[in-house]
Amino acid sequence: MFRSVLDWLEERTGVESAIKHFLYEDIPESSGWHQVFGSVALFAFLVQVFTGVLLSLNYAPTPGEAYDSLRYIMTQVTAGPLIRGMHHWGASLMIIVVMLHLVQVFLWGAYKKPREATWMSGVVLLLLTLAYGLSGYLLPWDNRAYWGTVVTTQIAELAPGLGPYMLRLLGSDGTAIGVVTFTRFYAAHVLLLPPLTMLLIGLHVYLVRRHGVAPTPADEGRPKKKFYPRQVAIDTVAVFVWFAVLMGMAILARVPLGHVADPTDLSFIPRPEWYFLFLFQFLRWFEGPLEVVGAVILPTLAMVALLLVPFVDRGKMAFVRQRTGAIAAVILGAIFWGGLTAKAVIGTPETHEMDMSLVQSWQEVSAGNLASIGYFRQAQCGSCHEFGKPGVGPDLSAAPSKRPAEWLREHVKSNPKAPGVLKDAQVDMLVTFVTKRSEKAVDAWENAPRSAVEGALVYQANDCASCHKLNGIGDDLGPPINGVGERRDRAWIEQHFADPAKFSPESMMPPTKFKPEELKRITDYITAIPK
Amino acid sequence: MLIASLGSAIAAALAVPAGIYLLWNGVSKNRGTFVEVADLTQLNVGKPQEVTFERTRVDGWRVLKEKVIAWVVRTDDKNVVAYSPQCTHLGCAYHWEEDRNHFVCPCHESLFTIDGKVVGGPASRPLDRYAVRVENSKLLIGSKILKA
Repeated sequence: MFRSVLDWLEERTGVESAIKHFLYEDIPESSGWHQVFGSVALFAFLVQVFTGVLLSLNYAPTPGEAYDSLRYIMTQVTAGPLIRGMHHWGASLMIIVVMLHLVQVFLWGAYKKPREATWMSGVVLLLLTLAYGLSGYLLPWDNRAYWGTVVTTQIAELAPGLGPYMLRLLGSDGTAIGVVTFTRFYAAHVLLLPPLTMLLIGLHVYLVRRHGVAPTPADEGRPKKKFYPRQVAIDTVAVFVWFAVLMGMAILARVPLGHVADPTDLSFIPRPEWYFLFLFQFLRWFEGPLEVVGAVILPTLAMVALLLVPFVDRGKMAFVRQRTGAIAAVILGAIFWGGLTAKAVIGTPETHEMDMSLVQSWQEVSAGNLASIGYFRQAQCGSCHEFGKPGVGPDLSAAPSKRPAEWLREHVKSNPKAPGVLKDAQVDMLVTFVTKRSEKAVDAWENAPRSAVEGALVYQANDCASCHKLNGIGDDLGPPINGVGERRDRAWIEQHFADPAKFSPESMMPPTKFKPEELKRITDYITAIPK
Repeated sequence: MLIASLGSAIAAALAVPAGIYLLWNGVSKNRGTFVEVADLTQLNVGKPQEVTFERTRVDGWRVLKEKVIAWVVRTDDKNVVAYSPQCTHLGCAYHWEEDRNHFVCPCHESLFTIDGKVVGGPASRPLDRYAVRVENSKLLIGSKILKA
């Protein structure tokens, strides 16, 4: 039955003989583990297409919405962080495997006649891979994306003679970037680059098949072997290992999402993705008028040199161990790249930027709202007003109370469960909460950890809002609480409470002596309030 | 054997998260929030009334404030039903026709009685209702739709 279906298909389409033709390709006897990288790179590309399409099903490609929809993917969609993790780490791991592929072919000298075109199409594919990295970097539309891309467009502007045109092509006016740049980067990332890549992969694989896998001198006079099954099995194992590493990273290493792109946030120090860090560091050697040399001319020359490798090295095929020049070039390149990257990593200032995809409602509501949840619990309101279902009293989470404030005040003060536990100001705050609370406040009510509510209680008890603003509520006499955890470290904040004048001589803030437990609560709380 | 098993492991590791990612989540996560819509005294027993009210709805990554319409019928002193304004056949907006004493859908002439039952046309199930609550003689309408 199965056989006859296959025969039918084979007769109409020739699919079986095509697969056989593909699998039973002749390859040199010396083929083996060193030749897996091409297959792994192809697989990496397919994983990027797969996860990219999945992301696009929940992603709105306009500035602003892009950020919100990505935050939605990271916070609301089950497996959303996993899919984004696979796409993000997949990009890095693809760069690694593409570079390994290049280095292997370079070391073995597999680019030699007649395989020059195969090599050159490979170099173009490397450039395309980097272009994905560059264009995809902007798409989260957080500060990192925004400021990183500002730098990218400014570098493009340096291109001799082409600068203004490059800028126009990237939709930028040379200062800020906005909707046009974003849309072009998105279009390039998902509409322009993929078909180009597929075309070039097709050409690249066709050329590999046309010329056959490059033999080594050891293969001379030895019979060829078949691609299937041994080499296919080796490639599959390599693909599996690569994929296992990717899944491990996607599961264990959450990809953060910063603050939404903010052109006025001048404190942000942009850093490119790790594989561009060496260029970033390299640029520092060139100042003033020389900048264009480091930013554009030398990288372009390096790419041209890479393209021309097969025309420079035209000797006969040799064993890897005899190719000392190539080995030296790879080692020098690795030292150059590794050294610059290491220097850039060491020079990166430590940041405390918050992962906004982990921020919850309680971090975004006012301290008064959060403390009111505490008052609600202290006065044991929940024993009649249950959360999420009608109880003895109305469910205050389903609809705000419409009672007059005066009535509610009396109701709280005289409630039989715990009369008189709250002070007048606290009663007022609780009344405002149950009559005017937002949906976010209800979410905080349901999900805020006990410690956060206690932190807000300390905040209210010490009347911090009379000088500081937190999530829009409070006065401007002191600096805003929002982002204090990103500006200061914990020890600074804790010591600052005891003696503010020691840290900032002009401070009007009264010294406050907290109990250790209170100090921990209030510090935990205020450092969790995002910028 | 090795190729097939590693290949299927990879395929499964891609397909399962993709399935969860696409199928697990509802588009919106709305809690059954109630909105005050009318005072009971404004409603006449046995006379359907079209009421418009505003509520917030979570739509994917957006939180929308939107207008919602309900057909409200006060059935007695304390009870009210609120129908979702779309015909249960194909979702057209129906309306109450005083002369015919029925809800009539203009698209395919589905007819519903004042208590939502189908008495004519292609609709196969009674009108959908909103969850309602009466508190202190105010009518509150919830965001959940109860299908008959």
